[in-house]
Amino acid sequence: MALSGIAIYKLLPKTNCKDCGFPTCLAFAMKLSQQGIKLSACPHVSEESKQALDASARPPIQLVTVGTGERAFSVGNEVVMFRHEKTFYNPTALAVRVKTSQSREAIAATVAAVDAYSVERVGIHMRLNAIAIDDAKGDPAAFASCVEQVSSITKMPLILISKDPRVMEAGLSKVAGRRSLIYAANSENVAQMAALAAKHGSPLAVQGDGLSQVAEVVEQANKAGVEELVLDPGARGFGNTLNTFTQIRRLALKSKERLVGYPVIAFPGEGSISPEEEALLASQLVIKYAGIVVLDHFAPHHAYPMLTLRQNIYTDPQKPIQVEPGVYPIRDPGRDSPVLVTTNFSLTYFSVAGEVDGSGMPAWLVICDTDGLSVLTSWAAGKFDGAKIAKTVTTHEVGSRVDHRFLLIPGHVAVLSGEIEEELPGWSVLVGPREGIDIPGYLKNVWTARLQGAKK
Amino acid sequence: MPAILVPTEKWAGKVREVTLGGDSRKKVVVGGETTLPFLHFDGVIPHAPAIAIDVEDVAPQNWSPVLGAVWGDVMREGLAAWARKAVEAGADMVALTLRSADPDMGNTGPAEAVEAVKKVLAAVDVPLIVYGPGIAAKDNEVLVAVSDAFAGKRLALGLCEDKNYRTIVATCMANGHIVIANSPIDINLAKQLNILITDMDMPGDRILMDPTTGALGYGLEYTYSVMERLRVAALLGDSMTAMPMILNPGREGWRFKEAKTRDGVPTQWGDLEGRGIAWETTTAIAQLQAGADILVMRHPKAVGLVKRAIASLMATNY
Ligand code: SF4
Repeated sequence: MALSGIAIYKLLPKTNCKDCGFPTCLAFAMKLSQQGIKLSACPHVSEESKQALDASARPPIQLVTVGTGERAFSVGNEVVMFRHEKTFYNPTALAVRVKTSQSREAIAATVAAVDAYSVERVGIHMRLNAIAIDDAKGDPAAFASCVEQVSSITKMPLILISKDPRVMEAGLSKVAGRRSLIYAANSENVAQMAALAAKHGSPLAVQGDGLSQVAEVVEQANKAGVEELVLDPGARGFGNTLNTFTQIRRLALKSKERLVGYPVIAFPGEGSISPEEEALLASQLVIKYAGIVVLDHFAPHHAYPMLTLRQNIYTDPQKPIQVEPGVYPIRDPGRDSPVLVTTNFSLTYFSVAGEVDGSGMPAWLVICDTDGLSVLTSWAAGKFDGAKIAKTVTTHEVGSRVDHRFLLIPGHVAVLSGEIEEELPGWSVLVGPREGIDIPGYLKNVWTARLQGAKK
Repeated sequence: MPAILVPTEKWAGKVREVTLGGDSRKKVVVGGETTLPFLHFDGVIPHAPAIAIDVEDVAPQNWSPVLGAVWGDVMREGLAAWARKAVEAGADMVALTLRSADPDMGNTGPAEAVEAVKKVLAAVDVPLIVYGPGIAAKDNEVLVAVSDAFAGKRLALGLCEDKNYRTIVATCMANGHIVIANSPIDINLAKQLNILITDMDMPGDRILMDPTTGALGYGLEYTYSVMERLRVAALLGDSMTAMPMILNPGREGWRFKEAKTRDGVPTQWGDLEGRGIAWETTTAIAQLQAGADILVMRHPKAVGLVKRAIASLMATNY
């Protein structure tokens, strides 16, 4: 929980020396409480105060970064139970697990495929995030060699899985400085695992049977100075993970319980009867509170829907994904194809594009910049009017792409017809359906007839 | 060991219970929750969410080839066979769309609609949802006929929207059916329609609400948050948002090229069959987490996966 400006002020030297660039310590404190600056800007703050402020600056769910470089990911730092209350910030990291019991060829193939996987949606390239390496043999040498092999293939962050500190040490030694996630400390090995985490600067997963046990191990890890933790409370399956992870998030956000204020790691393959079930549970975990999901199977036909779901759920509800304004060809349209005008709200765009695509009829989609607002909202806000539509049609030279001069507008904004025709001499407005779902019928019947009529 | 005390949420509100079917037929009860989905430590969840499977009165023309592969035989055999196979696939209910009433699909009338419903009712004993073709004037025509012909069967009839609600509500009230109140992904419009319907004296336990499915990648996040907000409002005590929710992950999940197109799509999309099924189940699991009480689905494998997930989510003995 962040401290108030006054609380911070009490911890400052109160000398008003201005070295921080602020006229008074109080002004500095106020700015700090809004998290606009760093405490280090005051060179005179005492060590004690620093510690107190650091602790209070920690978010209710710790931010944990795994890996280094371009593909490092961060999880945690979530502030709400429901995405509509604000947003979910740090998308669930998806990892795929290989085991030392697999052949080197099989491991190489999986790692290379996961590393290369990238799929585009709404202009965003979506990727998987990590490789987990599981010490299935309890053998330090075999683990070290497997870690070495994997790290030579990919720069993705790694999750090293072993309960044996000797095995873990052997693995970590092959990826020094890569901030691999250590999985896991438990009540037996926490001292050694925490020491390894501290030595390597690695985040540490903490495993226990239930929340109390997890909290106990967390307490010990904290005492050993390890703060970047990830929790595995032992929950598996749909019902258990939902209830347990909801409790953890609620404890962290509502009860400010520091001992469980960390992101959660889940293993949907454990207990699932098929890769399909694993994938479905992984999707639930993306929605309901997992920070990291470790999959036992990788298949593009499961990865794509899972990543799409993650994109959907982690989109800021206040900032809808917008589509770049412009002219979009659907199904290879030609000079006789209809021209449909709509807004750049991503849902509007996708509904219309989807309907047109589903109708089987090629068309041009003209997308106007409405700041990502839907048809009715943008019209009400004055962001979708005759001038805007005319400007978009002109700027993107729609006239040069078709022989006809018909613009199809959404039924909800039929009132704009006159304005548009005034702004765009030579063009006629056709009022299309209100709902996307009626577009195929409209194109098939009304549009076809209009075009025929115009030709005669 | 540090004592970790989980705070519980005690909500004042409760989702209404709605009973479908009955008479001499099987009943399914949905709703009645006093907690957010599947949070057994907070409240009670008396009924598991139910699964309905879509059937249509004429063989669909533009369904995904993946669906064609599993339903093709019975689509040709006829409605009764299709409905029976739906129940074999695990459907708690059958959702019949009177597609042939669509002017593009045959433009059939009330007599054919009644005949289709009769066939399904004779073939299976689970509750029946009946959808019109989705064109307001035709919906009214066929749904009113069906409502009259099967008074007392507690069918769920839809869609009931702001433009036709008076007709559908009046006939459901007269004949003891349930209305499916559909509004376009908006919490206020959903609530407003429930108020309009209730103002006609429709009993609250005969309304299902359909806040409209945006499929995965096609507005799922909007549906998801609208559902979550509706459910939170219901649990806070707003009786006009407390109707059980019915969603269509089958119809919407299979509508787009992600679930239809095998060739000419990026290789990263993977195998079509698995992708299509996942598109439906992923949409469904999100809706379950947001409060769905009835899911209308399509692929038998998707139904099987979602039913297993529901069983796990309803269990308390882990
Ligand atoms: S530098 Fe520190 S002590 Fe000096 S005014 Fe700023 S906050 Fe106060």
